[in-house]
Amino acid sequence: MSATVHNRIDVRFAALREQGRTALIPFITAGDPSIEATLAAMKAAVAAGADLIELGVPFSDPMADGPVIQKASERAIAAGTDAPAVFELVNRFRAGDTCTPVVLMGYLNPVEIHGRERFAREAAAAGVDGLLLVDAPLEEAAPFQALLSEQGLHQILLAAPTTGGERRAQLASAATGFIYYVAFAGVTGAARLNAQAVSAPVAALRELANVPVVIGFGVRDAASAREVGALADGVVVGSALVERMATATDPATAGATAGEFLGSLRAALDSTAK
Amino acid sequence: MTDPIDFHAWPDADGRFGGFGGRYVAETLMAPLAELTAAYEHYRMDPAFIAELDRDLAEYVGRPSPIYHAERLSREVGGAQILLKREDLNHTGAHKINNTVGQALLAKRMGKPRVIAETGAGQHGVATATVAARLGLKCVVYMGATDIERQKINVYRMKLLGAEVVPVTAGSQTLKDALNEALRDWVTNVHDTFYIIGTVAGPHPYPKMVRDFNAVIGREARAQMQSRYGKLPDALVACVGGGSNAIGLFHAFLNDAGVAIYGAEAAGDGLDTGRHAASLAAGRPGILHGNRTYVLCDDAGQITETHSVSAGLDYPGVGPEHAWLKETGRATYLGVDDGEALAAFHTLARTEGILAALESSHAVALGMRLARDMRPDQAVLVNLSGRGDKDVHTIAAREGIEL
Repeated sequence: MSATVHNRIDVRFAALREQGRTALIPFITAGDPSIEATLAAMKAAVAAGADLIELGVPFSDPMADGPVIQKASERAIAAGTDAPAVFELVNRFRAGDTCTPVVLMGYLNPVEIHGRERFAREAAAAGVDGLLLVDAPLEEAAPFQALLSEQGLHQILLAAPTTGGERRAQLASAATGFIYYVAFAGVTGAARLNAQAVSAPVAALRELANVPVVIGFGVRDAASAREVGALADGVVVGSALVERMATATDPATAGATAGEFLGSLRAALDSTAK
Repeated sequence: MTDPIDFHAWPDADGRFGGFGGRYVAETLMAPLAELTAAYEHYRMDPAFIAELDRDLAEYVGRPSPIYHAERLSREVGGAQILLKREDLNHTGAHKINNTVGQALLAKRMGKPRVIAETGAGQHGVATATVAARLGLKCVVYMGATDIERQKINVYRMKLLGAEVVPVTAGSQTLKDALNEALRDWVTNVHDTFYIIGTVAGPHPYPKMVRDFNAVIGREARAQMQSRYGKLPDALVACVGGGSNAIGLFHAFLNDAGVAIYGAEAAGDGLDTGRHAASLAAGRPGILHGNRTYVLCDDAGQITETHSVSAGLDYPGVGPEHAWLKETGRATYLGVDDGEALAAFHTLARTEGILAALESSHAVALGMRLARDMRPDQAVLVNLSGRGDKDVHTIAAREGIEL
């Protein structure tokens, strides 16, 4: 099956390239504090100009995440968010949006316990387009690749400042969908973003890879989005968004909060036309 | 018929023990792990490094630790002779220092001025703070807030040794959460920080490296048994949380088919209550803290909270080599509940004048259980991995005694 040709991620990035725009990619923890709130936030994000949505599948031991996403995961788990709940959420989102790509981001254990093959199959059926497993680096991700592509899903790989030249090339050639460049050595949400340090490795990756490169970790506001947006094909904003939504008690407020914040980032990204 | 497994040939180059182990970490840590693996593989063959390690083990740790024949205990149990490998007599009171001495020497050789560690019972934290003080390294220890409460003496010991103890309030506030937090520190400070993991878990090369540093226990024990009794023990017993003292004792004997091997896991309130920490006896294969192993988790894959009277066994995973030893049938892992461990603690104290750590009391309990069904000319070697001084407050509180 060669469904990858029609993967929404590829379609979306091709359109953005044509328009000379930078992708705005919000990260939202699924089920924090409720599935209804997440669904409202996803819709509001798209309305505010988000190009792709990263949906966090909560895990009890998120070792690469800072306190904001740790707490969001705890709230989501307490609300009973498991893989079937996330698939159902994407399915409902798809009922009103057939174009915006959705990537699930999470850790391996929930996927393993659900069953790799079953997870891939059910994710694809729900309308998911890609899977990013934080604790599956290149070597451990390889066994997944065939399984995912069989379902038309992309496996999103991470690159980091510690990723050396040779490994960078391996990663670039294995990548599908896009490459997620981790802006600094640290956990999500830390205030360590330094656009100057990011510039050279991202340029090198874009040179090597046939897929777009997006930057994540530490993008907090319009200014930082604009700064790193100029260097890459897309910008991920996670903790800063999740933190704002943490105070929203109902779906309407969650949607409004997400929409307002993402709207300001969209404007910032569009102010630097390429 | 298949050839017997050469257990000493594992892990493979990717850090796998059969289907377990590996390196399941964020991309940022892949390069530091490769660097650590290269350094370890180099120095473990380096005569100068080996000489320094051996000297530290002899003169600083106090090795070799003796094997002690617990005659009164053996008589009371009635069955096989119970022998104790006295790791409790090491400097700092447990086997943990075998590993921290080795990793600290490596940190120094790699030019890392700062070391971090996770700790449950506090024994590994103390052992890390100790070697850091001796080598002049800055030391930060992550410890679950719950464990800080129940191991106050060890917390103070670490502070006396100059370490900073950081309370971890995430999740269940125990060892697993301390490990998460230490990993987050490491990913943030990889440039100048060496992460001294205290057990045979974590990503490759930790399960191998920590095993190798603790394998001195079994090498000594094997030679001591041969020179003193002219034979190997009929059975080995050690407690298993992450499993470092256990693999330390077991490793030298893995290819000795005549030696039965038993791990005692913390059954807490009982395996059927769900309140326990027996990953091998009651868990399933999954991925936690950088390796594929047996974990305790629910059907959604969320790691579950564990329970044990002993903080050092309160861990929902286990070293991948143990998972493999279970799967190959080379070792058998059985649960010992809080009550049986406490009873063994008292019996050992009363018959032999030894206060064992609560962790080690699980091994003593299983050793007694096995010895009962064996002949008097047989021998059970129990790893007395630590001393119980740190636990007297816990035991007193449990028994309603105010100190």
